[in-house]
Amino acid sequence: MTITTISLPISIRDVTKTYGRTAALDNVSLEIASGEFITLLGPSGSGKTTLLMVLAGFIRPDSGEIRFGNREVTLIPPHKRDIGMVFQNYALFPHMTVAGNLAYPLKLRGVDRAAVEARVARALDMVQLAGLGERQVDQLSGGQRQRVALARAIIFEPRILLMDEPLSALDKKLREQMQIEVRHLHQRLGMTTVYVTHDQREALTMSDRIAVINHGRFRQIDKPQDLYERPNNRFIAEFVGESHFLPVEVRGGVAYFGERAIRLAEPPRHTAFAQFLVLRPEKLKVIDAADGAELNVFPGQVKEFVYQGESSLLYVSLADGQPIAIRQPAGSAQRAPPPGAPIRLGLAPADTIIVPPEET
Amino acid sequence: MAAGVGSTIGTDNLAPHQVGRNAAALRAQERAEQWMLGGLALPGLLLIGIVALAPIVWLFWLSFRDADGMTLAHYARLLHPSYVITLASTFELSFLVTSICILLGYPLAYVIAQARPRIAAVLLLLVLFPIWTSLLVRCYAWLVLLQRRGLINTWLSELGLIDGPLQLVHNFTGTTIGMVHIMLPFMVLPLYASMRAINPDYMRAAANLGASPAKAFWQIYVPLSRPGLAAGIVIVFVLCLGFYVTPALLGGGRVMMWSMQIERNVSYYGDWGAASALGVVLLVLTLGILWLLARVIGFDKLTGAR
Repeated sequence: MTITTISLPISIRDVTKTYGRTAALDNVSLEIASGEFITLLGPSGSGKTTLLMVLAGFIRPDSGEIRFGNREVTLIPPHKRDIGMVFQNYALFPHMTVAGNLAYPLKLRGVDRAAVEARVARALDMVQLAGLGERQVDQLSGGQRQRVALARAIIFEPRILLMDEPLSALDKKLREQMQIEVRHLHQRLGMTTVYVTHDQREALTMSDRIAVINHGRFRQIDKPQDLYERPNNRFIAEFVGESHFLPVEVRGGVAYFGERAIRLAEPPRHTAFAQFLVLRPEKLKVIDAADGAELNVFPGQVKEFVYQGESSLLYVSLADGQPIAIRQPAGSAQRAPPPGAPIRLGLAPADTIIVPPEET
Repeated sequence: MAAGVGSTIGTDNLAPHQVGRNAAALRAQERAEQWMLGGLALPGLLLIGIVALAPIVWLFWLSFRDADGMTLAHYARLLHPSYVITLASTFELSFLVTSICILLGYPLAYVIAQARPRIAAVLLLLVLFPIWTSLLVRCYAWLVLLQRRGLINTWLSELGLIDGPLQLVHNFTGTTIGMVHIMLPFMVLPLYASMRAINPDYMRAAANLGASPAKAFWQIYVPLSRPGLAAGIVIVFVLCLGFYVTPALLGGGRVMMWSMQIERNVSYYGDWGAASALGVVLLVLTLGILWLLARVIGFDKLTGAR
């Protein structure tokens, strides 16, 4: 069952690509370990797809160096790079059957017919499409096409796999199912995988590491949990997860919200004067008037209650009008507090994050 | 509760004929809408019936009649060698012109499809330009260029490349050149439309899977452009089969096309029956070719519908 692959590390060094005056990639460097699942996460136009295209060889950078293992591939054309790729629209050849699509890379490599058939059958099996080899591509559902595209990208046992927002065309449920499947496939085959997405949740779900990119530069490269719990700056905190921000002043290693010193588990990592307190809705708690001695407390007024099934969001406006939100698990017993009711929200010091504004 | 239809929750499996609230009125409304759409198409259908179908029926009728009543004489006469030769040369010329149009048109359409939008628009305009010029003007222009003391012969002899003038016109060569020029846009336009629709990711995918640019072109691009190619071939070939003006002007009487036989029968001999029989044969042959191509390529691809 298992297709064994040897994976290769990828090394991206000082890669720059400009279009006119804008730098799609501004001198980026990244070392990707052998067998790692790394996600390039960023808003549209951030440069993430450009970087993937540079790795695939479809876009020629202005300068820089790309290495797969010991082999420098900067000048190697795409058809000689020997890496798998899943395209956003799948790019399955419509004039070939499913099996024809899967066999194509093998035939190009001169694999003999019997072996091609065996490997196509095995690949179909692996993506749970056994028996659909003779189907035309346009007879497949979106999810099936996605699986065929994945199978075609790995059937020739590439040591590196690139994926360009491969799940973005699927509906939410199927997407979440495929996220897990792709993750399992990666664990089984172990090839180095570079995954591009603008969906932060997808990135958190799937990756070993996430490289957040914006305006052609990496803003933070970290494990999912570190990225979420310890964002480097306001851009990261805003892009990954839901947050509201309160302006704070940092003086002598202490952050002040208004005149109040904020309780922190560790002092702010940055020394800048004007910074932000990150309020994640799920980290806040509703507390009674008496409680909150150990917490950072934010008194306010209920603005709006939004029921969302598994949880609910409560929008609260602080004394000075600052809007924040708190997420609570929903239940049949839960009742919507009336708008205007006073409320006290608490945040544990360990969950209290101070970030500097987005660096330029 | 359970007695009234629609009062229970979750009755998704209602049989379609079951009568529900407003069902009859809703069906009537849908029917009225369909009639209205049909009514809109009616004038067009009538017009096609009168100007296209009726003449064809009349053509068939005429081809089986002479002064004495029903006859097959008009068709029997077509077995005469002069007609057989005409038919052969008509097909030969059509085949040659279509082939040259493919060889010239495919690269041209490819270049236009790959060009940046503004350049593509200019190139497309250049391709379309001849269509907006009178057919006669273009034929006479070729006459000027190709004749014994025309531009091309003069240049070639002044450059010392030829000793005597080449016979470029009033023959098969001249007719071919003129017809290729006239037919080329009909090959390029469907090809271009078809190529423009090819997602560049297909070529990227091919390269990524290990296909060299040449292999990707032949194994991916050409097959994907086949609907346009088929449409171009059909249009050009069928137009060529019935072409009259260009062979008449540039053939100098040495190229005899089927259409010219029709014209001769009508204007020299006033023989409508014979002309009709020729017309019927051309129509049947054309339909036969379309049928054959549809069999080979698939009808949906032939019409460009997917």
